[in-house]
Amino acid sequence: MAEIRLENLSKEYVNRRRRRRSRQEPYQKPGDRVLVLDGINLEFKEGEMVCILGPSGCGKSTLLRIIAGFDRPTAGRVFIGGKEVCGPRSDSIFVFQYSGLLPWMTVAENVGLGLRHLKDPQEKADKIREYIEMVELEGFESYYPHQLSGGMLRRAELARALAVNPSLLIMDEPFSGLDFLTHMKMREEVVNMHEFLGKTTLVVTHDIDDALIMGDRIVVLSGRPSTVKLEQTLDFPRPRDFERSPELSRLRSEIFLMLGVPYAV
Amino acid sequence: MKLARFHTSVSFLVLILVWEILARFSGWSRYVFPDPLTVVASMAELIQNGTLLKHTIASLYRVTWGFYLAIVFGIPLGILLGRITILHRMTNPLIQFLRPISPLAWIPLSMLWFGIGDRPAIFLIFLSSFFPLTVSTTIAVRNINPTYFQVAANFNFSRFETIFRLIVPAIVPEVVTALRISVTIAWLVVVAAEMIAVQSGLGYLILDARNALRMDYVMDGMIVIGLIGLLLDTLMKRLAKIESARWGTQAR
Repeated sequence: MAEIRLENLSKEYVNRRRRRRSRQEPYQKPGDRVLVLDGINLEFKEGEMVCILGPSGCGKSTLLRIIAGFDRPTAGRVFIGGKEVCGPRSDSIFVFQYSGLLPWMTVAENVGLGLRHLKDPQEKADKIREYIEMVELEGFESYYPHQLSGGMLRRAELARALAVNPSLLIMDEPFSGLDFLTHMKMREEVVNMHEFLGKTTLVVTHDIDDALIMGDRIVVLSGRPSTVKLEQTLDFPRPRDFERSPELSRLRSEIFLMLGVPYAV
Repeated sequence: MKLARFHTSVSFLVLILVWEILARFSGWSRYVFPDPLTVVASMAELIQNGTLLKHTIASLYRVTWGFYLAIVFGIPLGILLGRITILHRMTNPLIQFLRPISPLAWIPLSMLWFGIGDRPAIFLIFLSSFFPLTVSTTIAVRNINPTYFQVAANFNFSRFETIFRLIVPAIVPEVVTALRISVTIAWLVVVAAEMIAVQSGLGYLILDARNALRMDYVMDGMIVIGLIGLLLDTLMKRLAKIESARWGTQAR
């Protein structure tokens, strides 16, 4: 069902900034057309977790937003399960980089967003409890988002996404802004969740280690305009460890080089 | 909490003390600048014969009506303008043109249109709160984090749900602040309107007392106006403390 195919996907947008976002960016006048994605051809298999890497500003998030249906490509098409994507659907749930929880709803109400179709209140309450327990947020059902820590916010949003039972989970920088330990724990949880539920998952990240530890496959994009620079299946058993798997750490150095950071190796 | 209340009462005591000293040593007669005791005595008199209550109720009645009408029309219009850009572009200049015209400038027209009585006063109060409420609601809607609309689209919100589960709760904190400000303006305007268009209300009480050269009654009217303004503000603050409105003050 959730086999995803990107056909020759391109995205242009009209520049509205006067200033460049970084020194590496080429000069552009407001009104100029900027090509972000340039003919991306990719396929994601059902149940696969694919991590998308790339330098900042290369259009990783734009790619995800197009797959989610929030944005329209300038050219090319996206197919999910054979059908063309033409708008947001509750079949592919987006987990936002900064909290996408609705701040006026409690954790339970947020998790219940995808369960509104359930008529039986008992069944709905049971489901909400099930998913809150899955992310270990028991006892926080009636808390509002602003009362939770960063890690708890991410877990609540993950529970909300999973409760819909979507065929595709899209995560945009799911660990950004978390402290180191929370980051590690969340990463493990997402991997476990994936092993357990086998959902097709797309993760955009700038963290090479995250991508190598988590992904069934990684896709490396080049800087703007983005093209696919590398596609690599990771056949390493989990839990993965750079120390124990020289091949993995060799790949890591390779990607560091590819993204232009030789001294980090 | 108790300490806060003590501080408030201290400020009021100091005000009364300064007033007493000024009244005693300014050299003006009691008829021109009545001292606190005279005012309290005259207030007791007005309370006893029922005039004060009658006028207060008349004023509150008008404010309530005018303010409710402003809420009923202003907030939905604000939501509409906040969501529909074309509508906003078309009507915003109009609103910004009408907004700075003081409601008091409308007095002659409103008296001609609605005659003498409650209706012109209610119309003026409506005008005074309608524009601020519409403008703040529009701004609040336009400031809603676009991520929330994507969440709504992602979870298949119907239009009804987008309005009542997203837009309305999202703007509650800002709208409560706007209500707090505009209720004060409405209360300012009612007194002015009553000095011209009607024969009752606290504004009329003040005007009538001036004509009779009873400055103590004038001050009674002023004190009641102040007290009710304070009460309205406290009520609005309570409104802002409701659980579902509280997320705005702590989050973001």
